[in-house]
Amino acid sequence: MSENKPLIEVKGLKEYFNINVGLFRSKPLKAVDDVSFFINKGETLGLVGESGCGKTTVGRTLLHLYKPTAGEIYYDGKLIKSKADIKEFRKKATMVFQDPYSSLNPRMTVADIIGEPLDIHGLYKDKKEREERILELMGHVGLNSEHASRYAHEFSGGQRQRIGIARALAVNPDFIVCDEPVSALDVSIQAQVINMFDELQDKLNLTYLFIAHDLLVVRHISDRIAVMYLGKMVELADANEICERPLHPYSKALMSAVPMPDPKVARANQRIALQGDIPSPLNAPSGCPFRTRCQYATDKCAESMPEFKEASKGHFVACHRVAEIND
Amino acid sequence: MALLEVKDLHTSFFTDAGEVKAVNGVSFELERGKVLGIVGESGSGKSVTAYSIMQILAGTGKIVSGSVKIDGQELVNSGEKVMKTVRGNKISIIFQDPMTSLNPTYTIGKQLMEAIMLHTDRNKKQAYDRAVEMLRLVNVNEPEKRMKQYPFEFSGGMRQRVMIAMALACEPDILIADEPTTALDVTIQAQILELMGTLQKELGMAIIMITHDLGVVAQMCDEVIVMYAGSICEKGTADEIFYTPGHEYTKGLMRSIPSTTSAGTKLQPITGTPIDLLNMPKGCPFAPRCDGAMKICLTERAPVTDLSSTHWSACWQCIKEMAEKGEITLSDTKEGGEE
Repeated sequence: MSENKPLIEVKGLKEYFNINVGLFRSKPLKAVDDVSFFINKGETLGLVGESGCGKTTVGRTLLHLYKPTAGEIYYDGKLIKSKADIKEFRKKATMVFQDPYSSLNPRMTVADIIGEPLDIHGLYKDKKEREERILELMGHVGLNSEHASRYAHEFSGGQRQRIGIARALAVNPDFIVCDEPVSALDVSIQAQVINMFDELQDKLNLTYLFIAHDLLVVRHISDRIAVMYLGKMVELADANEICERPLHPYSKALMSAVPMPDPKVARANQRIALQGDIPSPLNAPSGCPFRTRCQYATDKCAESMPEFKEASKGHFVACHRVAEIND
Repeated sequence: MALLEVKDLHTSFFTDAGEVKAVNGVSFELERGKVLGIVGESGSGKSVTAYSIMQILAGTGKIVSGSVKIDGQELVNSGEKVMKTVRGNKISIIFQDPMTSLNPTYTIGKQLMEAIMLHTDRNKKQAYDRAVEMLRLVNVNEPEKRMKQYPFEFSGGMRQRVMIAMALACEPDILIADEPTTALDVTIQAQILELMGTLQKELGMAIIMITHDLGVVAQMCDEVIVMYAGSICEKGTADEIFYTPGHEYTKGLMRSIPSTTSAGTKLQPITGTPIDLLNMPKGCPFAPRCDGAMKICLTERAPVTDLSSTHWSACWQCIKEMAEKGEITLSDTKEGGEE
C-alpha cells in the first residue's frame, strides 16, 4: 500500500529535442512540456496517452536517460543533479522496456543479462555471491536455475519480459519505470506478467511509473492515473475517479473510446468521436494543445495554456472550461 | 447457401525444421452482411486462415487439403486466373500495418486507381472519379488534394482509411480485416471501427474481423470464432462467447483480461506458454495449459458439441458438464468424462 510520502517528485519537467527542419535550421520538438507530478512510496502511477504524446520520454527523462531541458527531479526529497547523484539514483531507479525482443542482448546468457547491473554497480564481493543473487532474482520472476546459461532467443515473449524484469530488480531498486511492459505480449501471457508486477510490488515494496496505452491494464494496476496529450499532462486523478468521471474533454474521449470486452456494454457505449488526428508536436497548436480537436474550444483556449490545477481533492486537470463543461 | 464456406481447411508451412500445421481442420460459414470475429493468440492460425481463403500465403505455405467456397464456387486448386477475379472483386483484405501496405513511391491516387482499373473495366477518368468518391466515403478531407499526396504525408489512421477505401472500391462481398486497428491509437481506433461498422451496414458486405483484442470483438462482431493452435475450439454469437463460454480456453481468456472492476484483485492468467506447432500433442492442443485437463484430453481431441443452434465447442470438460446435467448422452462419444 502506498504511504503518503512522495518518493519521486517532478517539477516543471521539459524535454525538447532539436529536429532539423531545413539544411541549417532546427526547431525544438517539445516532447515533454512543463510536466509536474509526484509518486508516493509504494504507489503505482499509470501514465496513458496516445503515441507521440511524450509518455515514454517522461519515463526516460525521469531516469536521466535523456538530460532534461529544464525542470527538477527529486528522489526521496533530494534533488538529482550531479553525475554522482545520477549514478547513485540509478541504483534505486530502473526500467523495464516495452519490447522484450530488442531489449535483451542476443549474445549474452540470461545470467549475464541479469548480472550486468550487478557488475556495473559492483554489488557483490565474490563470484559465488553474484551467482546466488542472480538465481534469487530469477526465482523472483518465476524462471528456473536451468535457464541461467541459455540465450534470450530461446525464450518466448513472456519469459523474455521476465528476464527484463529480473534485470530491473538486480540493483534492488525502490522505483521502476515500466514502459509498456505488457503490450507486446499475448492476452493470456499478459495476465501472468501483470500479476507478477503486483506480487513483486507487495514483496519488495516497489514504486512504479506504469506507462501503457491499454487503459484497462492501466486501470487494473494503478492507484492513480495521469493522462498526457502532446507533451502536456492534462489530467491526473485516482484511477477509478478518472475512469468513471474524467473532467478533461480529451480524457472523456479517451475513456469512451476504450473497447470494452463485454458485448452489451460495448453496444450501449456512447463514444465521443474525436475529429481529426493528433497534430504534429513540431507544429503544436498555441495555448491548449487539444483545442484543435476539442468541441468546447473557445478563443481563450488558443491564447493561453490552461493551468494544471486541482479541481477536487487530488484530481488535477488543465482545462479553461472545466467548470462549465462538467456541470 | 452461405456466402463463404470453409470446410476442413488444412494449411501447412514446410520449413527446414519440419511441417508446421498452422491451420489444422478449420470449418466455418459466413452469411451475407454478418461480422465474424476470429480471435486467438499469435500463432493460433487466425491470419493464416484468412491468407488461405485469399490464397496469398507466403513462401513455404501451402493449402494441404480442404475446401473454400464463395457463392458455391470452389477456390482451392482453382488456379491463379480464377483467384485474380476473386481477390478485390469478391473478397478484399486490409492488413494490420498501414505503414507498410502502401507503396511509398507512388501517390495515393495512383495506387487507388491502379486497384480500381485492375478489377473493373473503368477507364482512367472513371477510375479517378471512383477513387475520389471512395476517399470521401471513408471521411478523408479534401480528397482531390489527397490523391496527389504520397503515403508519408498521411498519418496512420489516414493510411488505414486509404486501405479501406482501396479494399472497398470494387464493392467486395467480403472484407477481411486482419488486425485493422492494432497499430492505431485508441481514439483513432474508435474512428476506424465506427467507419467500418457504418460502411458494413451501408454496403451490406460481410466482414471477417481478425483480432486478439476482445474489446474490438465485443464491439463489432455478430459471431465469434475462437482459435487455438490452428483449430477452432469454439464458435458462437458474441453474447454466447462472452457470457456463456463452453471451451476451457475461452473461459481462461475471459478470466485473464482486466476489467473495470478488477483493480486490487489478482487476474487469473492461463498458465504456461502457447504451444509449439512443430510438436503438437496428440490430444487437445490446449490440454498442457488447461487446469481442467482430464486423461482423455491428453490422448484424444474432443468432438464438436452443440451448445445451442448457434454455439458449439470442442472441449471434453464442456461435454462432461453437459453430460452431468443430462443435456447430452455420451453414447456417440467415448465414455470419457472421468478422471
